[in-house]
Amino acid sequence: MIEQFRDTIRAATSAGRPLRIRGGGTKDFYGVSLHGDILDTRGHRGIVDYEPSELVMTVRSGTPLAEVESALAEGGQMLAFEPPRLGAGSTIGGVVASGFSGPRRAATGSARDYVLGVRVLDSAGRDLSFGGQVMKNVAGYDLSRFVAGSFGTLALVTEVSLKVLPKPEVETTLAFAMDESAAIEALNRWAGQPLPLSAAFHVDGKLAVRLSGAGAAVSAAKTRMGGEVMADDAAFWTAVRDQTHPFFAEPATLWRLSIRSTAPVLGLGLQAIEWNGSLRWVAATLPAERVHAAAQAAGGHATLYRGGDRSAGIQKLAPGVLALHQRLKQALDPAGVFGPGRMHPAF
Amino acid sequence: MGKPEAISAIPAVDSHALISRLRAVLPSPSLLALPEETKPYECDGLSAFREVPLAVALPEDEAQVAAVLKVCHEMRVPVVARGAGTGLSGGALPNPLGVTLGLSKMKRILHIDPLARTARVQPGVRNLAISEAAAPLGLYYAPDPSSQIACSIGGNIAENSGGVHCLKYGLTVHNILKLRVVTIDGEILELGGEGLDAAGYDLMALMTGSEGLLGVVTEITVKLLPKPQLARVVLAAFDSLEKAGNAVANIIGAGIIPAGLEMMDKLATRAVEQFVHAGYPLDAEAILLCESDGTPEEVAAEIERMEAVMRASGATQIRLSKDEAERLRFWSGRKAAFPAVGRLMPDYYCMDGTIPKRKLAEVLKGIAQLSEEFGLGCPNVFHAGDGNLHPLIMFDANVPGQAEHAAKFGSRILKLCIEAGGTITGEHGVGVEKIGEMCDQFTPDALETFHSVKAAFDTHGLLNPGKAVPTLHRCAEYGQMHVARGKEAFPDLPRF
Repeated sequence: MIEQFRDTIRAATSAGRPLRIRGGGTKDFYGVSLHGDILDTRGHRGIVDYEPSELVMTVRSGTPLAEVESALAEGGQMLAFEPPRLGAGSTIGGVVASGFSGPRRAATGSARDYVLGVRVLDSAGRDLSFGGQVMKNVAGYDLSRFVAGSFGTLALVTEVSLKVLPKPEVETTLAFAMDESAAIEALNRWAGQPLPLSAAFHVDGKLAVRLSGAGAAVSAAKTRMGGEVMADDAAFWTAVRDQTHPFFAEPATLWRLSIRSTAPVLGLGLQAIEWNGSLRWVAATLPAERVHAAAQAAGGHATLYRGGDRSAGIQKLAPGVLALHQRLKQALDPAGVFGPGRMHPAF
Repeated sequence: MGKPEAISAIPAVDSHALISRLRAVLPSPSLLALPEETKPYECDGLSAFREVPLAVALPEDEAQVAAVLKVCHEMRVPVVARGAGTGLSGGALPNPLGVTLGLSKMKRILHIDPLARTARVQPGVRNLAISEAAAPLGLYYAPDPSSQIACSIGGNIAENSGGVHCLKYGLTVHNILKLRVVTIDGEILELGGEGLDAAGYDLMALMTGSEGLLGVVTEITVKLLPKPQLARVVLAAFDSLEKAGNAVANIIGAGIIPAGLEMMDKLATRAVEQFVHAGYPLDAEAILLCESDGTPEEVAAEIERMEAVMRASGATQIRLSKDEAERLRFWSGRKAAFPAVGRLMPDYYCMDGTIPKRKLAEVLKGIAQLSEEFGLGCPNVFHAGDGNLHPLIMFDANVPGQAEHAAKFGSRILKLCIEAGGTITGEHGVGVEKIGEMCDQFTPDALETFHSVKAAFDTHGLLNPGKAVPTLHRCAEYGQMHVARGKEAFPDLPRF
């Protein structure tokens, strides 16, 4: 497969035709624009190495996420960042390329936090390895974490080593009736205490907080925090994680704001809150400038996640940072074959 | 151990002109240019390498940092950023044709936000000072490199420092939110954000661990965590290294992520016991220290499981810290391992390879064989939970040739780590020390990619030249004796 990918990349580079690296295509909705001939990764699949006591899995990029998760489940482990499964065909390569993380992110870290190493083909078709299969590795620049979240615009990831974690012993969910402002305050207060919080979701006056860990710790926290125990909470968190919760079903335009967790209610429209307040979803058609300004005022950034007019870009980068992105894109993909314009109109 | 790369690519500059231009942008106590002033900066924690810089700039704020960098950029003068100078790989070794940019005067904690659980600090702030300042709020900064009383947060960013607790709480890269960075041409960039992720490419990942080659960090926003209510440590003794190694795998295989999981071999245990009297069993071939932290309920449940696994893995003795004083005593030995070894021999050379945990026994056997071959003692301490080894090669630099001999021994150990599927540096960085071994770990194509990344930040290669990433020319020289990953390195390159 690697040889085949290499030929495809070299042909594209010499013809000056862009390539669109694609797994299951479950994130086709995301990005500024989709250009180029599809390079389908799904033929390159399989788990290369998995030893639960190492807490590491090495896997080919075209492997379905479902296959990865079921192998991990057999070892009593999981991808701790809970990548959203936005469709049945989702591949592990797409998970890494998008860098999307799910509900557990505020407690345990993001997709890129769990990337230990990658093998990639660059735009010259060179087979390169960065990072490795070990937890600690500071040899060379951290290009393995750098390619996470780059949406196939820098190189073709062919193999990835991910840190994995044991599944928690017990999970339970507490539900509270609270408005947005009270929820933001409560979540931040709890997050500053040694409580086993592992997820939070607030919408429509209702706050759900998941606790994960040792049985004793979860029940002690439950007593301390109050609230009502939610029945069937696993299905609820699956819906939040996979964005099938009714909040995500309706809106034509969805903004995602990553901001200071304590930022007060934004007042931009229908809102859902995750990650202890630091992720706010806004389902409303709004002037882009207004959303970017609100996010910036709250110490973060906004992304036009789905729908809307994306032609001018889905995120805003400061001029110096944008110029650096252009130089890095040029450095790693001088031929400009990988997904031009997917992340930003300027690179 | 390598030698600093020749810096011939950068021509010497008129040092008088340089110093007078730096004087114009810095207050006079912030510029050191007399030999007796610059001499104290001649090395970092790796004192085998020494160079005196043309000048030392000690800016007081970001504007002065930018001004110094602009001058150096315009005059094409190399710049070596320096934090507390505690690094162990020579990353802050001065450039004899360059300026050392010390960040030690920028040591203010600018803001702590207790509700958002963040601290905004300057790069010269000591690692431990952040946790001390956050302690009254019930918060702390998790990464705890063993030098944390002295090392600076700016240096931690440059090296992506770890520590005893990083198995559970992550490395520096996992615990920072936002950076202000000055580029070599004096431009100020804000990377990351106060939210958990940032727009565009993950520049935070790229900057962290870049050893001062991409930019100079002037402000850092770190995450703070709630302090665990309780921590207790299990001390377990084993009559073989294999059994101790298996116990590590079994603990993690049982779904436990300890707050710390450290191993010491017999030589290290004995060296330490004489020094700190921690009460370690002296007849054990290896001891494990395994810490649990959290709420009292969590700790009680986890300790019970840890002890059961240790017993099932063949521990000959198990002790549990009964109070905080005993917990600290158990740790005191591990933390004092380096100075304790330093008492046995005039010099020691600390290695920093990381390997997959399942290769532990094999690699340790290899190290023991090398120890015999080289005739130098080598106690081992390691962060067993994440496979990060710190073999301590003992030697006497006053015996002619022994330092070079120790360096060769070290290089062989690193090669063992690469062959085991690991890396030449887990947390100390490449610096000048392991620049040669980088040619073993990476292919020429990968090294070239690193150089392209560097050029995207620093076209003229002025930031910390000769460190972290070797030139292909250097690898060709080095490669005459080495074979990288089963293939001859650089077959296409002419040999010098």
